[in-house]
Order: sequence, then C-alpha cells, then structure tokens
Amino acid sequence: MNTPFFSVVMAIIRKDLQAELRSRELVATMLLFALLSVLAFSFALELDRLAREEVVSGVLWVTVIFASLLGLNRSMSIERENDSIDAMLLTPIPRSAIFVGKLVGNYLFTATVGIALLPLMTILYNINMLNLWVIATLLLGTLGICITGTLLAAMTVQTRAREALLPIVMLPVVLPILLAAVKATTGIINNAPVSDWQTWPQVLLIVDIIYLVLCLLMFSYVIEE
Amino acid sequence: MTDSRPVIEIQNLAKAFGYLPVLKKINLTIQRGQFVALLGPNGSGKSTLLRLICGLSKPTVGTISVGGWSIPGEAEAIRAQIGFVSHKALLYNNLTAQENLAFYTRLYHLQNSASRIDLLLGQVGLSKRAHSLVRTFSRGMQQRLSIARALLHEPHVLLFDEPFTGLDQDAAVVLDNLLLEAYAEGHTILMTTHQLERAARLANRIVILSRGTIAYDSTDPLDALQLSTLYAEKTGAANAR
Repeated sequence: MNTPFFSVVMAIIRKDLQAELRSRELVATMLLFALLSVLAFSFALELDRLAREEVVSGVLWVTVIFASLLGLNRSMSIERENDSIDAMLLTPIPRSAIFVGKLVGNYLFTATVGIALLPLMTILYNINMLNLWVIATLLLGTLGICITGTLLAAMTVQTRAREALLPIVMLPVVLPILLAAVKATTGIINNAPVSDWQTWPQVLLIVDIIYLVLCLLMFSYVIEE
Repeated sequence: MTDSRPVIEIQNLAKAFGYLPVLKKINLTIQRGQFVALLGPNGSGKSTLLRLICGLSKPTVGTISVGGWSIPGEAEAIRAQIGFVSHKALLYNNLTAQENLAFYTRLYHLQNSASRIDLLLGQVGLSKRAHSLVRTFSRGMQQRLSIARALLHEPHVLLFDEPFTGLDQDAAVVLDNLLLEAYAEGHTILMTTHQLERAARLANRIVILSRGTIAYDSTDPLDALQLSTLYAEKTGAANAR
C-alpha cells in the first residue's frame, strides 16, 4: 500500500529543487549571509597570518552553521505555508522518507554554500582552504548540521517563535559536530601531521551516523500530532 | 445514491488537547455515497473531527474506521482512500499547478499520471493555467486546484473543511458544482461549513456539533430557514446563514 521509500525521497528532492530553482530564495539568502559574515570577520580579524590560521576554521564553521539556520528555517516554513505538509502527511508514505527527502534537499543547499565559501576564504584570508580533506570535513560536518537541523526545524516550525527557537535548540545539539569539524579543519589547513587530526573526521562520521539513526526514529513523532 | 454499507464508523470518540476536551463520546456512522454537512459554531470540534478521520490527529479515546480499516494501526490504508480539502490550499506557491499535482502523483505512486493530471485540471477548469505558478492564482482557483489534488488518487471519501472560506460568490458557485459532480460520481462527502443555506441545498444529511457532542443528526430534508432555526435551537447561537 505504501509508496516506495526512494520514490518518495526523490519526489521531495525534485520538488524542493524545482521550487528553489524558481525562487532562489534559500541558496541566495544563505550565500549572501555567508559572504557578508566572512567579510565582516575578515575586517574584524585584521591579524597576522599565524593568528588567522588559528581562527579561520572557526570563522568557516560558525558561518556555515548560521547560514544553515537560515536555510533550515525557510525550508520547513515552505512546508507549513498553506499547510502543505498536511497534504504530504495524508499520502500513504513512510514518514522517514519525508525526513530523508527534506534532509537531502537541505544538505545540497547548505553544502553548496559551504563549498562556495572555500575559494572566497582562500582569497580573503590568504590561507589555502581548497584542500580535499577540508572539503571532505566540510561535507561530513554539514551533513551532521543538516541531520539535526532538519529534525529540529520540523519541531520549531510549528511554534510562533520559530526563527528564534531553532538556534536556541540547535546550537547545543551541534556542539560535538562543531568541535570535531573545527579541530579537523584547523589541523588540515595548518599542515599538521595526519595523526594529529585524523581522529576528528572519524568522530564526525560516527556522530553523523548516531544523529541520523536518532532523527529517523524521532521524525514521525515530531511531524505528527 | 447511498447504500447501507458504512464507510466511516466512529465509536465513543473523544479528543482532548491537554485538559481541554474538544470532542466527547462521538458516535457517528456514515454510509457510502452520503453527502454529510457537519455544522457547528467555532470551537465545536468540526475540524478536529475531520483531522481525526483522516489520521492527521490521534484520538484520546475511541475508534475510527474508514472502509473497514482502523486508525491508527491501518492509517496508511485509510489515507489512500481519503481526499482532504481544507480552507487552506495545501499547495506549494512556487510550483505550477501541473507541478503541484505531479508531486502528489509521485507520492501516491500513480501510473499514467500525466493523463490523470490533464483530466483533473480540465474538470476543475484550470487547463489553461496548468503552467502558471500557484502564487499567481486567486483564492477560488487555488481551491479548485486543491480539489483536483484531493481527487488525484480517486479516493472513496472526500473530506472538506470549510471549503467556502474566502471565496467570492462566483467561485463559491463553481465549488458547489464541483461538489455536486463528486457526489454524483459516488464519492462519500463529509463537509464542514458555516453556510447553512449551502448545507441545506447540497447535503442529504445534516449533523450539528455543539460543545463537542452531536446535538442533531438527521437525513430529513430541510430548507435553509428550517435549518437556521434548528441550528440556533441546538447550538444556542445565532444562525450563520
């Protein structure tokens, strides 16, 4: 009776991409915020090269997290406009497929913004961020942010103070991701020995898997009354 | 038009939000092919009852079955049989009419979706606007598209939650005709409304909810004036004609 899981996931991704290609409101807003944020940090941290090497990974991750907050809030608000989430819930589909569909859409948008930041930060901070390990860490960290963010945005979007509430509930939850991602990125861009930072991408991967399982289990309770 | 087989059976249904009871011990059986108008003042529990029937909300106590399937255990089977139209459009503003319907055909895993979409857009008079964004539609057009969405998977049961809200006179007449067509095609319809004249004209059974209980339930034909008097008597409210 159920629509197959991956058909639902693909349908939701396609719908989100169609809507975004038309309106460009998610990626454009996130990208503009990220750009302004990185520029502001660049002016605020007019420091010597050594000091910049210490803080640049923090700048990257704080920017990615705050940009993702904008996108996650909007992505779930679109489902609440006109109560269209109700029409989706009325179809015979697995609830976890809605979560995965929304997660993949959010991930595509957030990862795009994160990767677009790397050449910009390379120029502004004069530190090479275009490194395969930095990109891999960025993809792993962004995945964790989007996993928790998709679930928490589905919760907070039902409240009146949704814009204020999402950062308050999400930032403590993504602290392990932020910690591991900053440690890994700092080690990579400072050309530290691999043994010094290789644990952190592994930690990121494990945290992502744990959060993914927990969020898949909890989503149907969050999305339904 | 109707037959004696029940399609919706509600027994001892109660729903409370926290300590606030909204529905109290509702018992209601709706036969296949009936057009039921569910009336009642704001807060009487009409929308809550519809959301419970389609599985968007869970009962505090009691049972609901639709087409022999029970909620919540067989909710997916029930969802496949129900089309729901709310006073909100339940559509995506940044997609076209065609894209909105195509999205739902994928969720319902329908075959021959293109021809089904064309057929329904024709039925609701939106063929020429198939590739227009929903955000450019008037309220009446959105409501017609919403009906097309609800009919996509050929459900047996149609639930309408105050579908006339915000419609002008012309759009309301178009919606009247769509409802009567759906009824003539054999759908079972349960509609909440505050428009007593419309309820008397369209429905063949009237149910009045008051303070979370069924205050009146009859298939006796009533004209608008009789229904207005009855409504005031049963709910203690001024009529909503």
